[in-house]
Amino acid sequence: MNRRKFLKQSAFTTAGTMLIPHFLKAYEAQMMGQGLAASNGKILVVVQLSGGNDGLNTVVPYRNDIYYRERPTIAIKPEKVLTLNDEIGLHPAMTPLKALYDEGLVTVINNVGYPNPDRSHFRSMDIWQTASDSDAYLQTGWVGRYLDAACAGKAQQPFRTIEVDDTLSLAMKGNSLNGLAMLDPKKLYSQTRSNLVTNLSKEHSTNEPETVSYLYKTLAETVSSAEYVFNKAKVPGTNTTYPNGELGNRLKTVSQLIQAGVDTSVYYVSISGFDTHINQPGQQERLLGQYAEAVGAFMTDLKAAGRQNDIMLMTFSEFGRRVKQNASNGTDHGTANNVFLIGGGLPAKRVLNEAPNLSKLTDGDLTYSVDFRQIYATLLHDYLGVDDVAILGRKFNGVKIV
Amino acid sequence: MNHQTKQQQLRYLFARAGFGATPAELNEASRSTLRKVVRQLVSNGKSVASLQVVEPDENRTKRQLKGMFRQGQLDKEMLREQIRANAQKVRDLNLQWLDRMVSGTDVLREKMALFWHGHFACRTMGRNPLFMQQYANTLREHALGNFRDLLMAASKEPAMLQFLNNQQNRKNAPNENFAREVMELFTLGRGNYSEFDIKEAARAFTGWQFTPEGEFVFRAQVHDDGEKKIFGKTGTFNGEDVIAMLLENPQTARFITAKIYRFFVNETEDKKRVDQLAEQFYKNGYDIAALMETIFMADWFYDAKNIGAHIKSPVELLVGLRHTLGVQFDQPQPQIFVQRTLGQLLFYPPNVAGWPGGKNWIDSSSLLFRMQLPNYVLKTAEVTVQPKEDGDVNTQLLARKGGTTFRTTVNWDDFEKEFTKTTDAGLPDALAAFLLPFPLRPDQRILIEKQTKTGQSRSEQIRMVTAALMSLPEYQLT
Repeated sequence: MNRRKFLKQSAFTTAGTMLIPHFLKAYEAQMMGQGLAASNGKILVVVQLSGGNDGLNTVVPYRNDIYYRERPTIAIKPEKVLTLNDEIGLHPAMTPLKALYDEGLVTVINNVGYPNPDRSHFRSMDIWQTASDSDAYLQTGWVGRYLDAACAGKAQQPFRTIEVDDTLSLAMKGNSLNGLAMLDPKKLYSQTRSNLVTNLSKEHSTNEPETVSYLYKTLAETVSSAEYVFNKAKVPGTNTTYPNGELGNRLKTVSQLIQAGVDTSVYYVSISGFDTHINQPGQQERLLGQYAEAVGAFMTDLKAAGRQNDIMLMTFSEFGRRVKQNASNGTDHGTANNVFLIGGGLPAKRVLNEAPNLSKLTDGDLTYSVDFRQIYATLLHDYLGVDDVAILGRKFNGVKIV
Repeated sequence: MNHQTKQQQLRYLFARAGFGATPAELNEASRSTLRKVVRQLVSNGKSVASLQVVEPDENRTKRQLKGMFRQGQLDKEMLREQIRANAQKVRDLNLQWLDRMVSGTDVLREKMALFWHGHFACRTMGRNPLFMQQYANTLREHALGNFRDLLMAASKEPAMLQFLNNQQNRKNAPNENFAREVMELFTLGRGNYSEFDIKEAARAFTGWQFTPEGEFVFRAQVHDDGEKKIFGKTGTFNGEDVIAMLLENPQTARFITAKIYRFFVNETEDKKRVDQLAEQFYKNGYDIAALMETIFMADWFYDAKNIGAHIKSPVELLVGLRHTLGVQFDQPQPQIFVQRTLGQLLFYPPNVAGWPGGKNWIDSSSLLFRMQLPNYVLKTAEVTVQPKEDGDVNTQLLARKGGTTFRTTVNWDDFEKEFTKTTDAGLPDALAAFLLPFPLRPDQRILIEKQTKTGQSRSEQIRMVTAALMSLPEYQLT
C-alpha cells in the first residue's frame, strides 16, 4: 500500500485521532510535574508458549524408566538428549539454549504449577496471566498491575510495558492503565498519524461523561506512546542475524527497542502451536528449534551490547502435558511444567530444584512444588525492585534464584 | 432534568434495548408514544424461532466419533474431517445468531440473550454444536421470561453441566465446580454463601448428568441421597431443592438486578435504584420482562448521566453497524475475525465469569481497530491486524484470517433516502443525531465537514460523513 492510498484510507480513522492534539496538551499538562515512573534499569522479557508445551520432552528425565515406559514412541532417546546434569537434559532441537546454559545464562525451574490445576487452555492461561487462584476470576493481569504500580501518581505511560503483537493480552491489562500492543513501531505510528492532523485547539468540553474522557485518554496515550517509541527506535537496528519466523522477528523488535533506549521494563511475546495431541515429535521439534534459535540470537545480540545481565527472559506455558502419551503419538493436557529464566545476571549454570517425580503423580500428572506466583514474586521484588505483594495481592515466598 | 428530545430518547432506547435503530425504524417509532414503543419491545415475538445448524439425530460428539474410528467405521482422515465439521457448525451457529441480532426482529430478546450468554457463560467444550445450539436456544427462549425457569433450564443444559464438570460430580467423589459457580456467578454472588454450603450443595447436584444426544438425565445411582445441611437447613436435598433455595433468597434478585442495571443502564451502580428494582423483581416472582419494562419506562433511564455511559461490546458494535446500514458480509470469516480481534467471540467467553465488559473492552489496539472498523466494512480498506492464537489446536479454524479485505454489501439506498429532506450543510448534525449519543462538538463538526468535497454527489456525501462519524470514539458509546 502506498502512502497516498494509506492516507486516503486512514482519513476516517484519523478523524478521531485528529481531535487529540488539544486534548493531549491538556492531558500532558496535567501529567507534567508528576514525574516519570522510576525504573531500576532491569528489563523482563516474557516469552509465552501457547498451547501447553510438553515439558517432559523439553527438559527430558533421560534416566527415568517410567518416562520411557509411559512414552514408548515419543520419548527422546538418552543419547540424543543435551544433558544438563545426570538426571535431565534438553530436547535435541535446543542446541542454542544448551550453549546459553553452558555459558551460565540459563536457570531451569522444574515442577512449576498451582493448586487445583485447570486443564483448559484458556482458563489455565488466564490463571497464569492474571496470577489468580484457580477458583477466582480477575480482570487484570500481573504485568498490567505492575504498570499500574509503576505509573501510580506519575505520568501515565503505557509503553512502560509492551506486548509485541497486534492485540493485547489479559496479562497486560491493569486497573487504571493498559500496556501497549505493538507489533512494530512504524506500523503503530502510522495507525495513529496522518498529515491531516492539524492544530485543532478548541477547548475540550470538561463536563463530559467518564466514558468519553476514558476513550480520549486511551487514544491520547496511544498516540503519544506510539510517537515516543517510533522516534526513539529510529536509530540503526541490530547487526545480529535472527532466525526467520514469528518469534525471531518479535525478539528482534524487543532487542531493537532495548538497544534504542526505549524506557520499557517489561516486554511480552508469545508463540503458539504447542497443543500437540497428535504426532507430537515433528511439531514440537520444529517449535522448540524455533524457540531456541530465536532466544539464542536474542541473547547473543544483547551480550554483544553488554546487556545480558540487565535483561531477563522468562519462558512458561499454561500447562505441561500428561506423563503417559496418547494413542495418536501425542500427549494430552497436563499440569505442572518447567520454567526457564535466561540472563538477568543470575548465578551460573544450574537447575534450581528437583526433577519431576514420575512415581508420585497426581491423577496421572506431575505434582507441582513451585507455585508460578512465587516466581512472579521473585521477579517483581528481587529483579524489578517493586512491591510484589501489592501486585500479586498477597505474599508468595520467592524462589531462591539469587 | 431531562433535556432529551423524543428522537434522542428513542435512539438511546433502541441502542440499549437492541442494537440501534435504522433511520426508518426511528421515524416509525416517533409516530408512537414512548410507552407504546417500550411495550412493543418487551412483548415482541412470543414465539421464538430456533437457531439450527445441526439436527439432533445427526450430531456426533467427539467421543462418539473417536469410538467410530476405533471400530473402523471411520478412517483417520474422515475422523479429522468430522471433528473439523463440528467446529465449523459452532462457527455457523455464531453467525446465524449474529444474523438474528442484525435482523432487528424481536431485538430485546436477542439483546437479553446476549446478556444471559455472558451471565450463564459457557464455552464450547468438545466442540459440540448440538449442545451449544440447545444452550443458545434455551437462553433465547427464556430471555424475557421468568428467571426461575431460565436458571433451572440453563443449569440443566448439557453444555453447562459439561463445562462445569458435573458429569464428574458423583456420590463419594464430589466435584464442586458446578455448585460453586451456580452460587458465585449465577445467583448469589461472592460472599453470600460459605464453603460448607458449596460442599453440601455439590452433593445435592450429584446425578445431574446428560446423554450424548443432549438430554438432561438424573442418574440416581451416582446421586448422594444422604442428608445435607445447606444455608442452615437440613434435609435430603437434591439439585432442584438447591435451586429453589437460591431463588428464595432475595440476594439472588439483588445480584441479577444489579448486573442487568450495569449492562443496560450504567456501569456505575445506583444503589438505591437497584435496591428498588430488585425488590420489585423479587416480588414479581422474577419476571424479567416486567423488570425490563420498568427500567425502559423510568424517567431516570433517560437521565443525561446514563446517555453515552455504555461502551459497546464488540458484538454490539458489529451488529449495530450492520443493522444501521443493512450490511451483509459475503464471507463468514471476517465476522469471526472481528469478534476475535476485539475479544468477544460468541460461544467462547473467556471463562465462566463471562466477558468483563465496560472499560475492559478498550485498550490501545482494540480502540484503534474499532475506529478503523467502518473503513474495513464500508470502504474495503486493507486489514493488517492479526488476532492471537489461543494455543488450542481445536480453535484454529476460528483463528484463520479472513483475507486482507472484507467483502460486503451495504444497503446505502434505504439509509440515504431518510435524509432527502436534510440540507447539505445540515448533514453532519442530522447523521450524528442518528449515530452518536451526543451532538457534535464544534471542532468535531469542522473535522467531519472536511471529509466531504464540493462537487460530490449527495450520496457520496452521506457515505463519507457516515463512515467518518462511525470512526469517532463517541460511536463506541450508547
